[in-house]
Amino acid sequence: MNAQPNNLRHWRLEVRDNGVVWAWLDRVNVQGAENTPENHTPEHTNVLTREVMAELAQCVSHWQKQCEHTPNVLRGIVFASAKDSGFIAGADIEEFTQIRDASTAVQVATQLVERGWNLYNQLAALPVPTLALIRGFCMGGGLELALACKYRIVVDEPSTRLALPEVMLGIVPGWGGMLRLPQLVGAPAALDMMLTGRAVDARKAKRMGLADVCVPPRLMQRTADEWIVSGKRPRSAADLPWMQRLMLGPLKSMVVRKARAQVMQRARPEHYPAPYAILDMWANYGGNALAVPSSQPTSMAALATSPTTPNLLRVYQLQERLKRFGRESDFKVKHVHVIGAGTMGGDIAAWCAGRGMTVTLQDQSVARIAPAIARAAKAYERKHKGDRRRVTQTLDRIVPDVSGRGVCQADVVIEAIFENIDAKHALFKSIEPMLKPGAILASNTSSLKLESIGSALRNPSRLVGIHFFNPVARMPLVEVVRGENSSEAEVQKALAFVRQLDKLPLPVKSAPGFLVNAVLGPYMLEAMRCVDAGLRAETVDEAALAFGMPMGPLELADVVGLDVALAVGKSLSASAGSAETSVVPTCLQQRADAGELGKKTGRGFFDWQNDKAVKRAPAAMSEAEKSALSERLIRPIVLTTRRLVAEGVVADADLADAGMIFGTGFAPFRGGPLHDADSRSV
Amino acid sequence: MSASKATSINPTPIYIVDGARTPFLKARNTPGPFAASDLAVAAGRALLSRQRFGAEALDEVILGCAAPAPDEVNIGRLVALRMGCPQSVPGWTVMRNCASGMQAIDSAMANIQAGRSHLVLAGGVDALSRAPLLWPDAAVKWFAALNSARSMGQKLGVLTQFKLAYLSPVIGLLKGLTDPVVGLTMGQTAENLAWRFGIDRTQMDAFAVRSHQRTAAAYDAGHFANELVPLVERNGNAHEQDDGLRRDSSLAGLAKLKPVFDKPLGNITAGNSSQVTDGASWLLLASEAAVKQYDLQPLGRIVDSQWAGLDPAQMGLGPVHAATPILQRHGLCLNDLDAWEINEAFAAQVLGCLAAWKSDEYCRTELGLSGALGELDEHKLNIDGGAIAVGHPVGASGARIVLHVLQTLRRMPGTHVKRGMAAICIGGGQGGAMLVETLP
Repeated sequence: MNAQPNNLRHWRLEVRDNGVVWAWLDRVNVQGAENTPENHTPEHTNVLTREVMAELAQCVSHWQKQCEHTPNVLRGIVFASAKDSGFIAGADIEEFTQIRDASTAVQVATQLVERGWNLYNQLAALPVPTLALIRGFCMGGGLELALACKYRIVVDEPSTRLALPEVMLGIVPGWGGMLRLPQLVGAPAALDMMLTGRAVDARKAKRMGLADVCVPPRLMQRTADEWIVSGKRPRSAADLPWMQRLMLGPLKSMVVRKARAQVMQRARPEHYPAPYAILDMWANYGGNALAVPSSQPTSMAALATSPTTPNLLRVYQLQERLKRFGRESDFKVKHVHVIGAGTMGGDIAAWCAGRGMTVTLQDQSVARIAPAIARAAKAYERKHKGDRRRVTQTLDRIVPDVSGRGVCQADVVIEAIFENIDAKHALFKSIEPMLKPGAILASNTSSLKLESIGSALRNPSRLVGIHFFNPVARMPLVEVVRGENSSEAEVQKALAFVRQLDKLPLPVKSAPGFLVNAVLGPYMLEAMRCVDAGLRAETVDEAALAFGMPMGPLELADVVGLDVALAVGKSLSASAGSAETSVVPTCLQQRADAGELGKKTGRGFFDWQNDKAVKRAPAAMSEAEKSALSERLIRPIVLTTRRLVAEGVVADADLADAGMIFGTGFAPFRGGPLHDADSRSV
Repeated sequence: MSASKATSINPTPIYIVDGARTPFLKARNTPGPFAASDLAVAAGRALLSRQRFGAEALDEVILGCAAPAPDEVNIGRLVALRMGCPQSVPGWTVMRNCASGMQAIDSAMANIQAGRSHLVLAGGVDALSRAPLLWPDAAVKWFAALNSARSMGQKLGVLTQFKLAYLSPVIGLLKGLTDPVVGLTMGQTAENLAWRFGIDRTQMDAFAVRSHQRTAAAYDAGHFANELVPLVERNGNAHEQDDGLRRDSSLAGLAKLKPVFDKPLGNITAGNSSQVTDGASWLLLASEAAVKQYDLQPLGRIVDSQWAGLDPAQMGLGPVHAATPILQRHGLCLNDLDAWEINEAFAAQVLGCLAAWKSDEYCRTELGLSGALGELDEHKLNIDGGAIAVGHPVGASGARIVLHVLQTLRRMPGTHVKRGMAAICIGGGQGGAMLVETLP
């Protein structure tokens, strides 16, 4: 019997009587040079750091030798996580940040890919059965490890999620994901996972062939014990239906064309090279990222030097920063009372119930509340397709409450009624005496001053703003507004509440429009001035899209409603006070006067059919003209954001960038308006 | 049959903290929009969300249900969990036919009196529109034979024995509404009362019209507002009122209806019977200690309760047999109470109860009294109408009338303590009654 690799820090090898080795991953943080248990501090999640990979390489070589020298001793290898948090979260993001340095970027990236690609190929070639026992998240390099095994068992729990999210960071699943996933689940399903980063749960993984078997936790050990020595033929492309096999062979180019067309609709290649690289690497280089000649735009070298990659990493890190807000507070929310069952209030209620909270939803009549419940039902049915119990139990948590008596039990009360100061005063006055001690009192107002709303309260310090964006289900950002009188403790509680909703909280100071709306206003107005100057609406929007905005400013104005835009425009220009911004664009005034208020009336800057703007072709422009127009449109965003940072509405430039990315979808590949402006010195 | 063998006067006060019910939705020959558990959850969630305590404060949840669906057998536990009660709060289901909801309250009282519970959510529910269709026994046997047939030949053999009659289902609801001992439908037991006390069709129809009129008036005056909570379907359809109420109910209209139970010459029609409906009703009951602990402001309290048994063929007189011992224990006459709720299973049955109390002979022979108890003032009876207008979701009705009689007392003028009785007849030959009062 060969000696086991020794001095492993992160892996624990357990040789069982039947000759199967269980390789437990339990990443630790090692302080000091000595690898003694005293120097280990536990890490929360398994991540494939350089060291973890090096140890795995050591093990794989050992197993390889063992198979050569003493065949039939090693009967199989099971990979499992020793952590409750999940299987493997993927590669080490910290390592990617080194790619930022342009001089070494290509070298670092290539080494990173080589390391996993070669190791996993070695693992896949081992002549013994290998199996990944997947419980909890299994992401990126973790899934690629599982793919390099001959069998995969998934544990049937909601936390089990499998994904290749590399594309979201501007990189590619270069450790064999592009090679093996399509072989296992067929090209369309594999491309969908790789190009969108979408995760699948345990049952779906079994259904699509990604996993061999899906078992409840109570059976996972036993299933692994039996499966690894079962001698079953590992799943391969041969098990796919014939049509799927054709799509891996003769029909491959058709599949690529179709996938590329789909990607085109979401991301332009000049903005997001990674999905196009994935397609090219799969179609033409056998999924080997290293095989693409560096002269190609889809090569690792091109990806590593594209500014998109570090910018997307920056976005990821900004997101992690927002996620840390509210951590200090141990505020736990079980019951939310939402007042106002309109689009905003109703969707906030639905979201809270979806996150496990009991929601009492108040409005003047049941007839006003019912549509919100119907909308929530539809959303849950879509989200939890086939899980009727889950839909029912989520809906159970929304309680229509015309009399508003739910206030007395609520941990959070959110007001989302129409923007009328007198109505809000009356409401808050009546609520305040009913509040439970320690409950948060919040307004979702976007245009009224928190301080004037709070003036109706005996204790204005408990009022904070919790400002959601429309549509609530899709917008990750929530502005947490600190009024002049808001107490720090209430703000912290509000931040913690937003985290419990799994949204990204951004602390902002009470100021007209806070961050997001204050920036969007001048941007939309500038676009309208371009229309006043004779440009076609389509042309203006195209320039913004070419810059990387998710929606053109005029389409956005139509969605927001031109009446709202007009009101915002007037109030912003009044507060900004400069002569230049104080003129309401003629095109806006005309449309508002004509009752053409955008999407809701079917006509604004565009005609609206079936909830879609009907756009004609933009006017022909040279690249230079287009980019000049883009700059003109984006300039107000940059200037306003800078001003708001200077005024302290948002604490720093990074947070302002984060707010704009998660609150407006500001071109993520640019890393935020201020970062982009600084890096391009505009 | 004497008061001496009955329970003693309730020694511990049982407080009714709050109560709520769904609108009662008429069964329209097709499964209604809500399962029984949906109804109970909707009413219970609304009720719990307006309390000063969270659901974790409950000691138990008790739900009466005459016909739980096959997938909701212990519906009490199921709805406790769906209402957001912690897993540690036990939930159970009780069944005493039409008094299942009242039984839940009585069981809660017993546990509070025994000191085992302090805060109990008790109520009743039924979704009669969803009563199942059953396979005839012969069909079940045929399926079983087909299942156990091994060879193709055996299977073919069983297949040839199929009879079309196997496809004709048994209506579960009708089975439930037929007395298995005497073989009479509930309607036929009410026909018995009409015959015994000489109640004619016009009297019944007039009673029915009055029930609709009183319910309509109560709605207009907002008297149901403090007990009703809305139901909202997934498609956004909202239900805020009992939908069987007919404001246009008239003697002439009712006269046109054909008898349902004793065809063709009986008196009892769909119009002078309670309506088959879906609905749920809850009460929050508390001990004195819980009232103090949570600083509650109860609506009132339950003073006494009584169950009684009688001839299943005369089951409609159950309220007489249950309420009379309570009156005796407290030294009360019929009209000493401020309000009465006698569940309107059938107009003939409520009128039969009044006739029995008025009858010297009935009170002497059946109740062991020295003579007639008297004439119940009909202005005190079912002041806001009853099940003929509101509906009778069997398991829920007992809880509804206890809550409603208390709400009726609470709106009466004066600060003195008001007392009321809720009584219900029970298929199988039983009656249940509860005496409630407002707080001083």
